[in-house]
Amino acid sequence: MTPDTGILHRSATEIAADVRARRTSALEVTRSAIAAIEAHNGSLGAFTDITAERALREAETVDKAIAAGNAPPLAGVPYAVKNLFDIDGVVTRAGSKINRDNPPASSDGTLVRQMRDAGAILVGGLNMGEYAYDFTGENAHDGPSLNPHNPTRMSGGSSGGCGTAVAAGMVALALGSDTNGSIRVPSSFCGLFGLKPTFGRLSRAGTYPFCTSLDHLGPMARSAHDLALSFDVLQARDPEDPAQADRPFLATEPTLANGIDGLRVAVADGYFREGGAPEANAAVDHVAAALGVTEMVTVPEAARARAAAYVITNSESSALHLDRLRSRAADFDPDTRDRFLTGAMLPAAWLVQAQRFRAWYHKQMLALFERVDAILAPATPFHALPSGTKTIEMDGQTVPARPNIGIYTQPISFVGLPVVSVPVWLPNATLPIGVQVIAPPWREDIALRIAAALEENGAVSAPIAGL
Amino acid sequence: MSETFDAQTHLDAMAPAMGLTIDPAWQDTVIANLQATARMAGMVGSFALDDHVEPAPVFVP
Repeated sequence: MTPDTGILHRSATEIAADVRARRTSALEVTRSAIAAIEAHNGSLGAFTDITAERALREAETVDKAIAAGNAPPLAGVPYAVKNLFDIDGVVTRAGSKINRDNPPASSDGTLVRQMRDAGAILVGGLNMGEYAYDFTGENAHDGPSLNPHNPTRMSGGSSGGCGTAVAAGMVALALGSDTNGSIRVPSSFCGLFGLKPTFGRLSRAGTYPFCTSLDHLGPMARSAHDLALSFDVLQARDPEDPAQADRPFLATEPTLANGIDGLRVAVADGYFREGGAPEANAAVDHVAAALGVTEMVTVPEAARARAAAYVITNSESSALHLDRLRSRAADFDPDTRDRFLTGAMLPAAWLVQAQRFRAWYHKQMLALFERVDAILAPATPFHALPSGTKTIEMDGQTVPARPNIGIYTQPISFVGLPVVSVPVWLPNATLPIGVQVIAPPWREDIALRIAAALEENGAVSAPIAGL
Repeated sequence: MSETFDAQTHLDAMAPAMGLTIDPAWQDTVIANLQATARMAGMVGSFALDDHVEPAPVFVP
């Protein structure tokens, strides 16, 4: 039976407003989300864990709170989390087979608690690339998460299930992680708005790590307003994350509609205009035209920044898994195992040099942001690839697909800059592609304002896939 | 570095040193990945940094 998706397919902002005004109930929205998941998850592979009982309990609690006069900001909004987030009572598999031997989490991760306290309804854990070492959304243990706009295509990873679930309209919001591009890549492939906040902004406590010196968490949604609404809810000081910065709360929703007047925006040239398919530059040009942007800037040594991020990721993540690589290598996904084994054998000097280069590059980027307030760059080099793609052609050479999907996202997260990936539908295109709106550290508000302005004038949009 | 780095020799020395067993079926892709990471490290290592540039992570006691 096809579920009634009327309320479910509205934005998180609209759902919460309707639930708060009692035009619908959290319970009704939750039942609709569960029905949509049951109808579509089998063919799309978004969810690995469905927490229907918990969701119905949370919905009842929210409805009671509203009846008592409370008005939580995300009242009744169904959401799900990448399965590296701790969910009380659920094993945190982090996309792996090995971690399934662990006991269930004994409490929720910090951001899950923030969402619950804001009235959002958790409906489950989402498929992901093993241990987040992935840009495809494919997983040897759980199967691939597929692209709802064309299920023969990949969702992008590693937050692949997040992309699938939001683009398919199963949930209004998802929380993912992004170390080298894992929020921005599936946002690009699945046509969503994705926010990778500044490194150190949101607590990562209660999530399974990939590479802690680069790991970020953030939301994915179908509108810029939904990103702002959830980002504002997710901010909380948390001593449990040693990398969290001591920054004041940044309210992004109140300034979202301020427009772009006075903002200096430029397009990244050089590295970011090379290597991709025509749609990558076309999407950036489309966004630049919509904003009236003509200035170009050069991100210094972007290729080297990407290389350094690659080395740090390879080395640091493999050190985390060293014991498992020694004792259970055969239980890894073949697509991550060989990269983890490689990373476990790297000379220390390679890692240290990469971290030294990171300090140099950081200074260059801060200097660049004295001249501009935001930079535009492609999120991915192409539309979503066919599911199962192992190699791609770039600059006339055949290269492995998995590490190269993130060539444009890696140099940005490498120094923790906040980014909103905005979804572009080029003329006659049957698949979306994302553009990164990159802001200075701690200025998520700027990236969100630009994304909202683009959405307002129709240049970017995140329609639910027709299923 | 990619010109001088011998991935097979490196693997033969480092895998036992790190207590890793590389199944013969995985060897080719591990070698390819070692070569790829070596190329990346070579790009980074060939960039001249002042001796006073410290690694990005800073410990705060």
